[in-house]
Amino acid sequence: MEKLDTLAYYLQFSQVRYALIVGVLVALCSSLLGVTLVLKRFSFIGDGLSHVAFGAMAVSSIAGALVSGLQPYIDASNDMLIVMPITIISAVLLLRTGKNAKVKGDAAVAMISVGALAVGYLLMNLDIFPKSANISGDVCSTLFGSLSILTLSRSEVDFCIIISIVVVAVFLFFYNKIFSVTFDEDFSTATGTKAIVYNLLIAVIIAVIIVISMNLVGSLLISALIIFPALSAMRLLKSFKAVTICSACLSVFCAALGILASILFSTPVGATIVAVNIAAFAVFSLIGAVKGGFKR
Amino acid sequence: MPQLICKDLTLGYEGQEILSGVDFSVNSGDYLCILGENGSGKTTLMKTILGLRKPMRGSIVTGEGLSRREIGYLPQQSEIQKDFPASVREIVVSGFQGQCGLRPFYNREEKRQAEKNMELMGISHLKKRCYRELSGGQQQRVLLARALCATQKMLLLDEPVAGLDPKVTEEMYQLIGSLNKEHGITVVMISHDIEAALHYATHVLHIGKKIFFGTTAQYTERLRAREGDSYGKA
Repeated sequence: MEKLDTLAYYLQFSQVRYALIVGVLVALCSSLLGVTLVLKRFSFIGDGLSHVAFGAMAVSSIAGALVSGLQPYIDASNDMLIVMPITIISAVLLLRTGKNAKVKGDAAVAMISVGALAVGYLLMNLDIFPKSANISGDVCSTLFGSLSILTLSRSEVDFCIIISIVVVAVFLFFYNKIFSVTFDEDFSTATGTKAIVYNLLIAVIIAVIIVISMNLVGSLLISALIIFPALSAMRLLKSFKAVTICSACLSVFCAALGILASILFSTPVGATIVAVNIAAFAVFSLIGAVKGGFKR
Repeated sequence: MPQLICKDLTLGYEGQEILSGVDFSVNSGDYLCILGENGSGKTTLMKTILGLRKPMRGSIVTGEGLSRREIGYLPQQSEIQKDFPASVREIVVSGFQGQCGLRPFYNREEKRQAEKNMELMGISHLKKRCYRELSGGQQQRVLLARALCATQKMLLLDEPVAGLDPKVTEEMYQLIGSLNKEHGITVVMISHDIEAALHYATHVLHIGKKIFFGTTAQYTERLRAREGDSYGKA
């Protein structure tokens, strides 16, 4: 009861409400393409791209520092202008070269992932960066998204809501196409679906989702948000539609629960959400195993 | 005018020829079997016909109102599909995707036709089942039903009986045979199984170092003549 009171108390603050809204929306968006990515063997693209976004953020910080002198904070929307395009371009390159490239999909993802991380961290520690800024703190929050979610501004929340609506709308509109391209690219292409275009679309959506989820869970934990709900749903359900709906609901549920728990127990937001997702996965696996056992 | 004409095709990867001088044509209602050893380029040929890759030289022309997009395709199973969480119905109806254009959902007629194709393949009772739980033969029927959604005219089958046991293999051949005979669908099939090819096919394309194209009767004759040769030598 006491905890509930605490919760009610916290929920009076608009910051906490913002965090909940953004968290739930981001979780919803990121779960949608999870199934597709898992099946296409691109589970780690989320990781790779989020590191690219991290690198891009470092670049934009440097650019900001260079342009307007020793400016410790840059407007988040300015950040997006640099981070979003770089991430989208990387996503397109990664998914396009996936099939015929000299460097294969997983290696390319690994390369870009650690490369961007290293360059980003290197840039952040250069002399041009204002020394007064708490570099390790910044890095930590970009990697784990620990605090930033409670410092969201109204404009960031609006931005997130708009992007989420667009992502969900695009996903619904192209749902059947994404399904057939994921299930069988050759067949789709042969019978007249432009698989290349839809792969591109998937890449762009992923990049957008990753950039908006960076604030929530940080770049190290983003993959969890993308793949865990899908993997859990796949343990139990038998149709693509059911898996997609279930993973979306599960993701929203876990995110809400994780955020509330993190507020109550003052744990880091990103890590708490992922922990809830892991628990859900364990439960789903268990139920799946029990059901499978009965059948046999 | 034949439905499909391949003229002097040369196929290869990255500048390296693997197959050249492929000349053949397929008429409406034909049953063409493509034979050849592993690595001779059978699947590559099929993907080229489907427009998934470009030939190094030569041309592929379709006729008799057949467009390249109206060819149904039964690919070899991919890794992705083995653990794909999708119901049979979802997969079958996705055969219509190419005809949807930008329309986001399938219309009633397409759903009805998908039901019909499932019935034709004898998998209506499985339509709510998950694809990955089905047996190999059932999975092939699902993919065949999907291919039928994409075409009324021509089916390209890439080793449709690979990995199936003899009884199921026989059923599969019968099913394909009936699509060809009773529904008038042109069949182009890659196979390892010469015996079955000779039994069901009207034409044979044998690719390799020497390329043969002709009717099944001509192919049988050639096989006999060859056997005769080797007897003579022995």
